[in-house]
Amino acid sequence: MEEAAQYSLVEDGAGHSRLVLSGQLTLAAIGPFERALQTLSGPVAAVDLSDVDDIDTVGAWVVLQFARAHDAEITGASEAAQRLLGAVRGIEASSDIGPDRLPVWERVPVALGEKVYAGRSGLYGVVGFFGQILIGVGSLIRHPTRFPFKALVHQMELVGVTALPIIGLMSFLIGIVIAQQGSVQLEQFGAEALTVNLVGRITLRELGVLMTAIMVAGRSGSAFAAQLGTMKLTEEIDAMRTIGISPIEVLVIPRIVAATLMMVLLGFYASVVAIVGGAVVGDLTLGIPFWTFLDRIHDVVPTHDLWVGLIKAPVFGLIVGLAGCYNGLQVRGNSEEVGRRTTMAVVSAIFAVIVLDAFFAVFFTEVGWG
Amino acid sequence: MSGHYHSPDEPPPIVVEGLANRFGDFVVHENLDLTVRRGEILGVVGGSGSGKSVLMRSIIGLQRPSAGRVEVLGRNITDIDPDSNIGVRCRWGVLFQGGALFSTLTVGENVEVALKQFYPDLDPVLRAEIARYKVILSGLPDSAVAKYPSELSGGMKKRAGLARALALDPELLFLDEPTAGLDPIGAAKFDRLTRELKETLGLTVFLITHDLDTLYEICDRVAVIAEKKIIAVGTIPELIATGHPWIEEYFNGPRGRAARASHERAKG
Repeated sequence: MEEAAQYSLVEDGAGHSRLVLSGQLTLAAIGPFERALQTLSGPVAAVDLSDVDDIDTVGAWVVLQFARAHDAEITGASEAAQRLLGAVRGIEASSDIGPDRLPVWERVPVALGEKVYAGRSGLYGVVGFFGQILIGVGSLIRHPTRFPFKALVHQMELVGVTALPIIGLMSFLIGIVIAQQGSVQLEQFGAEALTVNLVGRITLRELGVLMTAIMVAGRSGSAFAAQLGTMKLTEEIDAMRTIGISPIEVLVIPRIVAATLMMVLLGFYASVVAIVGGAVVGDLTLGIPFWTFLDRIHDVVPTHDLWVGLIKAPVFGLIVGLAGCYNGLQVRGNSEEVGRRTTMAVVSAIFAVIVLDAFFAVFFTEVGWG
Repeated sequence: MSGHYHSPDEPPPIVVEGLANRFGDFVVHENLDLTVRRGEILGVVGGSGSGKSVLMRSIIGLQRPSAGRVEVLGRNITDIDPDSNIGVRCRWGVLFQGGALFSTLTVGENVEVALKQFYPDLDPVLRAEIARYKVILSGLPDSAVAKYPSELSGGMKKRAGLARALALDPELLFLDEPTAGLDPIGAAKFDRLTRELKETLGLTVFLITHDLDTLYEICDRVAVIAEKKIIAVGTIPELIATGHPWIEEYFNGPRGRAARASHERAKG
């Protein structure tokens, strides 16, 4: 084990004291030693380094700061120590390494102002993003051969096909829960046969599409934001622009179109799987045979319930895709921003989907599709 | 780093024997030997894809070699599991090619990370002071200490990376293409800084580079990687004297000749 740093005070008779240091004046041994030095008071005229075995820049720094504070002279430094002292001598002591922070009474209004300003430029950004997409769609319509079919198919696979197992499982369980919990309540009126109506209508109209949209926002909306955000950081998107490839056309539009199309299919699929889940519960606990349950669905669910679901699905898909791509392209600076924007993409997509769902519920009832 | 003014009879800080690295069928190194002497700046050159960075990663324990022995500061890197060689890890510093600064921390905080990790009992004020003077020692202005890496230019990022590599007062410094992407003035300054730090702090430097000026100006010896091993180590005149065709082409090509001419002019 190396010998730790030590010090002793030597009086030279004339009222001057000399601080004699010995041992290891290195980073590994300096911690307790430096704390002890801090408590040392009284005038010290000189710091003697002649007994020091080993010194590094940290040791030199500590000695130098001590000597400055006590206006002491440094003696007995070896050639190496002198070199190290020389290297750190010109540097002013300060422990200010954090980011610049304003006092709290300035920070709060500044943060508020920045939020307002960001809100305004965010609004411009969203409008601008819509504009870019419209231009992109327009130019793809004029040059249909440029349409990125491969990217679209790839995204459709990622958004749709690979989501089938998890969305199927989720919907199946939701169907089971609705049928089972609903039947418990309906039994009190002796109306457990209405479980079929409950499961059929609520999954086709509301839950199938809503839950699917939330799942797609979590799976694919976040992936869009993270992918595009990382591409932004690594300057891939700038590289595309310089080659004359529009990132909107090759990255954003396939993702948004894939999310929109696949939401329709996934929403319908989720509703069907949920009904099957309900039918399983009906068969096992309500005494309604499986196939009878499905036949009854046909009789009790009006066709417009299916349309309600199918009209909402692409709108939700569009929102998820837009939120993911927009937030991805807003990333700048560092990796933390990718995480922040990904969270924002998911949260804003789910929020918008739920608000719109409420609006749709009122709207469709008002137009007579109750 | 005084610690690093050692007597010549101490064992060399890096000894690589019979190193082999294979990725599947792809052989990067086969039977590679290299010894780095204490207190020297060893330049490592080789064509793109010849395995310079893989060699460095093997030495610092980021890449477990397929065969061979790597001894750093007297400890065998290949045998010990990654968490137990802490004692060696705090005695070297690494500057990665892109800087690899932590983007969510300021430059000063980047330097502080290693100090916090290895010496948690250090007084926080002293720790911050140390971080700050290391940044300034690496040739950055005061104002850069509290900046985030995204606010720095390429050359400043390299210096900030160097400051982080120097955080623990290491004996050994690994530099992966420190001057790549710098303008000639910035590159020359960085070379001078490396040399100065090496002399003041008594460092041993393992330096991967493509920069012929760096090789001529600051390297004590140069190791050449080709054909999956180190084909020659020595001063540049010694290397040229080996007559190996790759070395010949490297140092006697138009760029090599220009670098030598400017080096000779500078010496007068």
